[in-house]
Amino acid sequence: MAPILEIRNVTKNFGTTEILKGINVAIEPGEFLVLVGPSGCGKSTLLNCIAGLEETSGGEILIGGRDMTHVSPKDRNIAMVFQSYALYPTMSVAKNITFGMKVRGVDPATQERKLKEVAAQLQIEHLLNRRPAQLSGGQRQRVAMGRALVRDPALFLFDEPLSNLDAKLRVEMRSEIKKLHARLGTSMVYVTHDQIEAMTLASKIVVMKGGVIQQIGTPSEIYNRPANVFVADFMGSPAMNLIPAKARANGGETRLEIARAGEPPLVLDHAAPAGLPEDVILGLRPEDIAEAGFRSGQQVQTVDCRIDMVEPAGADTFVVSEMGGKQVTARLHAETRARAGEHLPLSFDLGKASFFDPASGDRLN
Amino acid sequence: MTDQAFSDTLPRAGAGQSRALRIGLRWTLYAVLILFALFYLMPLFVMVTTSLKSLEEIRTGSLVALPRAVTFDAWAKAWSGACTGIQCEGVRPYFWNSVVLAVPAVAISTFIGAVNGYIIAHWQFRGANLFFALLLFGCFIPFQVVLLPMARLLGILGLAGTIQGLIMVHVIYGLGFTTLFFRNYYVTIPQELVRAAKIDGAGFFRIFWSIFLPLSLPIIVVTVIWQFTQIWNDFLFGVSFSQAGSQPITVALNNIVNSTTGVKEYNVDMAAAIIAALPTLLVYIIAGKYFIRGLTAGSVKG
Repeated sequence: MAPILEIRNVTKNFGTTEILKGINVAIEPGEFLVLVGPSGCGKSTLLNCIAGLEETSGGEILIGGRDMTHVSPKDRNIAMVFQSYALYPTMSVAKNITFGMKVRGVDPATQERKLKEVAAQLQIEHLLNRRPAQLSGGQRQRVAMGRALVRDPALFLFDEPLSNLDAKLRVEMRSEIKKLHARLGTSMVYVTHDQIEAMTLASKIVVMKGGVIQQIGTPSEIYNRPANVFVADFMGSPAMNLIPAKARANGGETRLEIARAGEPPLVLDHAAPAGLPEDVILGLRPEDIAEAGFRSGQQVQTVDCRIDMVEPAGADTFVVSEMGGKQVTARLHAETRARAGEHLPLSFDLGKASFFDPASGDRLN
Repeated sequence: MTDQAFSDTLPRAGAGQSRALRIGLRWTLYAVLILFALFYLMPLFVMVTTSLKSLEEIRTGSLVALPRAVTFDAWAKAWSGACTGIQCEGVRPYFWNSVVLAVPAVAISTFIGAVNGYIIAHWQFRGANLFFALLLFGCFIPFQVVLLPMARLLGILGLAGTIQGLIMVHVIYGLGFTTLFFRNYYVTIPQELVRAAKIDGAGFFRIFWSIFLPLSLPIIVVTVIWQFTQIWNDFLFGVSFSQAGSQPITVALNNIVNSTTGVKEYNVDMAAAIIAALPTLLVYIIAGKYFIRGLTAGSVKG
């Protein structure tokens, strides 16, 4: 099938500042694309360009196979949910939802029918006569989604829709959006700075930084095979451990040496052909470092490490050990024997290891 | 007072004593405020009482005394019989001139100010800030400076000496303030509201009518009061750009007071002055509570 949204080499400048530096993304119908990145990375600008609220400086935007680069927002067959919800303050909930249809001249009977449908879907029937000021944050969120839903658009756009909600409600609304997507099957583009939202919602993630796409992939690709140090560090909580190491060829294997202050270096044998430069950064997720005996696999290596800190977090306990000048975090089970200041054998699962070039930050394996 | 001195006086001044002191201070405050209020009300009092006296009583009685016999003759004469120069029709025709002048001038300048403010706040165009700065600059030009060029312009347009000409002058010189009021109000309305409406398919005027105007009541009231007061009370433009038949009430009042035939009719002058001031007073009384609210209105949450 043809992509529902195709962004070709889109650039955006404000004066001499380049906000977007040649963005290329395409999504298939039914996909849930999440644009994620730190603030100022250009993700909201990109969304506004897709919506037509900002003119692009170069490149093309195709929606449903049609060039929409210079088409006005109302003719792009999109609907958008805003961070502040942007409900019309003087209109009732019902009028907020039907305003777009009224403007487009949809006949009143259809307006009424669609309003009923959407209100039932979002369980806001009892709120239809209220003003936005009389609603709670979660209710406003639903009304904003209702306003988008009545359009039956080809593409839904979400601009950080959950960031104004408290933590508990955010998790609830997150799963509602996910269910909504499963039910409607419509393509969605969703902007967030929250990497957990990105992981849980997306069928495809675009990680951005400084107006440049760092990586495009499924959540598991992004999580397990980050394209560079930035993605590795940004996605996942706690972040991936990035440990400076020396790599040496050792027969058909690679021997990794990690310096440790006041202790002999940590040596790990990686059963993979050489080909790494001497200086590398070893990337390992906290869950890929386990207590000895709790992890098995061909590439698991167990080494004694001094534990500097123990942080119980309920379901897991995080322990921190200094390696290669970095604080390395391991995710252990809750009943661990680890004590701060003592030694503990830790198992490193090198089968999950990522290697990065220290100079460029790019992935090597 | 130092802490030491404060704690020294506290134990000796019992609870009852400090309560008496507080009440005493409060009454002193009221007394001072009442005194000020009386002082400010004095001219109005003299105007009203004088307008209700006969000329005979004014001549023989005291300025601040209440009228011995209340008579509305002076009001009747001021309204429909007092002489401005050679005409003796009272202020009535001029009052209607002022109404016919002020109502459209206020409405037009408020509406254009609203549209201007909406554009400057939410439809930024190249040079919008410069445009706004120049409009603000217009607020501070002394009116005397523009009298001659404006007279020339009105002459060219064929509007010299007409009420339409005066309306135009007041609209133009009101725009600086009305734009400022609306712009400052509209910048507090979130940009995302405009974006949401654009996605909904609403255009420039649709967004203005359906979303901005319904939010604007407080600032419309402020602008209307401000403009009405300015235009109704204006004397300079009125005296400069009008001729017999199109003069506003302020000019007529001046003419009545200044055209004396023999005896100076203070009671008629006073009644005419009160009539001239009544409409602005009424506007304040009706819309006053919105005035303060609108001036202090900050963000529009929702």
